Amino acid sequence: MDKEQCCVSLSVHPSRGLMDEKFIILVQKALPGFQLTIHASYHCEDGNSWEAFAHYTADAGGTVNVSQDTSLGGTYSGVEAMGLLWSLRPVPGSKPGLRLRKKNVQTPMEVTISVYQGHQTEGFVDQVPLASVLVERWYMAPGVHRIPITEEGLTATLFLPAGPGPFPGLLDLWGGAGQLVEYRAALLASHGIASLALDYLTSKVTVETGKNVDNQYFETAYRVLQKHPQVCGSRIAMLGLSFGASFTLKMAVYSQVMKLRCAVCIGGSHVQPVDGSVEQVLGYMHKNTEKTRFSEQNETIFRDLLLPIPTDPSLKVDVGQLQCALLLVVGEDDQNWPAAESAKDMKEMMERAGNSHLLTILSYPKTGHQIEPPYTPHVRAGIFRTVDTRQKVMALWGGQTVEHSHAQEDAWKKILVFLRENLYDGTDTGATTSN
Amino acid sequence: MSQTPPIVSVLPTRGLVDEKFKVLVENLPPGRPVTVRSLHHSDNDHYWEAFGFYTSDHRGTVNVSKDQSVGGTYTGKEPMGLLWSMCPVPGSHKGLRLRKLNMCSPMLVNISVHSGHEGFRDGAPLASVLVERWYMAPGVKRIDVQEKGLLGTLFLPPGPGPFPGILDLWGGGGGLVEYRSALLASHGFATMSLDYLSCGQPVFTYVETAFNFIKDHPQVIADRVGVVGLCLGSLPALYLAADSTVVKPRCTVCISCFAIYPSDRVLSGSFEEITSLSGNIPVDENNLERWKDVGLGLLSGSLRKVNMEKVTSPLLLVSGCDDQNWPSFETAEDITQTMRAAGNDHLLSRLDYPDSGHLIEPPFSPHFRASTFVTTNKRKAMILWGGQTKPHSDAQEDSWRKILSFLQQHLCCSLNAKL
Repeated sequence: MDKEQCCVSLSVHPSRGLMDEKFIILVQKALPGFQLTIHASYHCEDGNSWEAFAHYTADAGGTVNVSQDTSLGGTYSGVEAMGLLWSLRPVPGSKPGLRLRKKNVQTPMEVTISVYQGHQTEGFVDQVPLASVLVERWYMAPGVHRIPITEEGLTATLFLPAGPGPFPGLLDLWGGAGQLVEYRAALLASHGIASLALDYLTSKVTVETGKNVDNQYFETAYRVLQKHPQVCGSRIAMLGLSFGASFTLKMAVYSQVMKLRCAVCIGGSHVQPVDGSVEQVLGYMHKNTEKTRFSEQNETIFRDLLLPIPTDPSLKVDVGQLQCALLLVVGEDDQNWPAAESAKDMKEMMERAGNSHLLTILSYPKTGHQIEPPYTPHVRAGIFRTVDTRQKVMALWGGQTVEHSHAQEDAWKKILVFLRENLYDGTDTGATTSN
Repeated sequence: MSQTPPIVSVLPTRGLVDEKFKVLVENLPPGRPVTVRSLHHSDNDHYWEAFGFYTSDHRGTVNVSKDQSVGGTYTGKEPMGLLWSMCPVPGSHKGLRLRKLNMCSPMLVNISVHSGHEGFRDGAPLASVLVERWYMAPGVKRIDVQEKGLLGTLFLPPGPGPFPGILDLWGGGGGLVEYRSALLASHGFATMSLDYLSCGQPVFTYVETAFNFIKDHPQVIADRVGVVGLCLGSLPALYLAADSTVVKPRCTVCISCFAIYPSDRVLSGSFEEITSLSGNIPVDENNLERWKDVGLGLLSGSLRKVNMEKVTSPLLLVSGCDDQNWPSFETAEDITQTMRAAGNDHLLSRLDYPDSGHLIEPPFSPHFRASTFVTTNKRKAMILWGGQTKPHSDAQEDSWRKILSFLQQHLCCSLNAKL
């Protein structure tokens, strides 16, 4: 090993962080003007490997600070403190359409950050880096409890923050692929909100009987959360992404049981048979399948299934009746759901009804459908299997990586502030609580 | 249940033991007196706590990094007071010492907020959060070493290496004390802690073997190996730096230095001689053994000292001026005079800390003025270490930073023109 090369030191702070925390990557003791590549490597639970890399030049002090310096190229460019995470992509030779999702939230995502000599773009696995460190990224803060919930026919997981409580609560819903997706609920619990991740499409009951759940299923989940001794029963929110947003809106407006403090809808729409259950809402979408389009790469574009926004009031949730605060998060390049058009229509409905003061819309240009917690790698398209048809397609989600990643970071911050403001007693003086 | 409780948050929730954290309490009513408390359940089943008394500001916030504690186990603006001022909870045994035995798991500290000041224990906590404090960074490997007759633990940093190396020699308490080695590995040094007291071999050749083991390791840079010694461990450390003809450390750090050979037999020598001094150890008014006076007697006595004029590499001596266990400051002065006379004192750096005691540990470790101690001939004693908590804790934080800097300067190659 060349004596010069062994000098370079690499550090990442913090070495153990939550998924939404920033880190600082520092390379030191390189020669001034030294060209180097910083590389991130992650081996997914499903066996696939992801990588990101960026080209830097050490300054006069022999240092590279990723938070301050400019990447000259790689999987991202410019000044991007967290680029090595959000620009992760499957290594060459991987299957197409992969998505990076952690199933087991009780262990951290382990990312290897390395420094290589020169500006390299491939063959990292065949070389010995100058230095490398391991970084842990956690969805669960220490002391957060993970509690599987199977009572009353539910398929759910409750994440309780550390401490005696009581805590505000939240129902967390994902989209049309189903499964019990836990990571966002785990992260929300790490921020002090007792969060229940709910599987409403592939629950045990559905899998065993072939029948979809009825709307009481959501109300049951709410009641289970509400009566938990460590949850503030009068401070419960609901958060839904994609198909989950449909039911968030339906419950927020029409449920007699659920008295939500606030609701967050990401990449969703209010368009659905208003009286319909899961079965009927799925059926409504299925009826419009001839509206499916395809991109040049033969990716499936589903957004037109709900367009044009109907005028028939039985086909869209009457948000004019909403009595709690609503945050809509919209990707303007969402190719999967007509989130932008729906948000526009919802705004008009609420303006007409006089409750638009409850509405906040976050709209992000060049941002796609899967607006995930910060630094989750963006993919423009991915394998998607709808629960009802069981058909596997390559769905186009949309979005450009840089803008989409910035949107994820911004939206998450604002979602947390929105939840904090609506779930806790507000500060009377209106002073800001940012620190 | 319509009122939401306060929110306590700590950043980072998972940190290395030498990293600072920020503790914030929010959503309190304004102007409310509260106690912020830390609680730790140790590996050996004792409870340790620290607490500070605060009052929330007009926004209902307490920021431990910025606000003043007006009472408790620490006062003033002390971001890390909840760790370094920890002491055994009321009702504990006397003379406890906090040490982590298992390096692969974190120290778990519960940080909670309670209503009121005095009598805060009467009520349940309003909120709490769990914090992990790690000696091992992710990717650090812990390897048992049991070859060449050695009994030690090697900690390797993550990455391909090769790394600078360190031989870590703990003090007279015996056993294999790993935590400083684990922490040094988390800072990029391949570090081995060595049990040199129960090896049953002549100790000076034993440590030479250990040094060479590190030097010859495929992931260690052979000419960049240093030695760190604490208390009794500084004797073999200084032997390697001065009298050894077999090895030459690149640099040496001695904390609470000990530089007297136990007998005329330089090369062999177990420590029974020095530790089996019986009978006449003075005790103070609390019946705590004050070994310092024994040490002062030895310093001026006829036992042979390490030949410090033979040191040819940088040496850092760290001393607590209120060390009641050993005359560290006097030893350091003695060494300074010897080296000055020999003309090699340009190699010597000193850190002397007023009101600090003997056990200068990694930062934020709790200070205790005395604790129980089992000597090598199995005698249980209550030993006075010395030091006042606040200056001693400041000394731990300051010395660690400077020790790391010293080790990086001499063990990590750097091509910058500054050297």
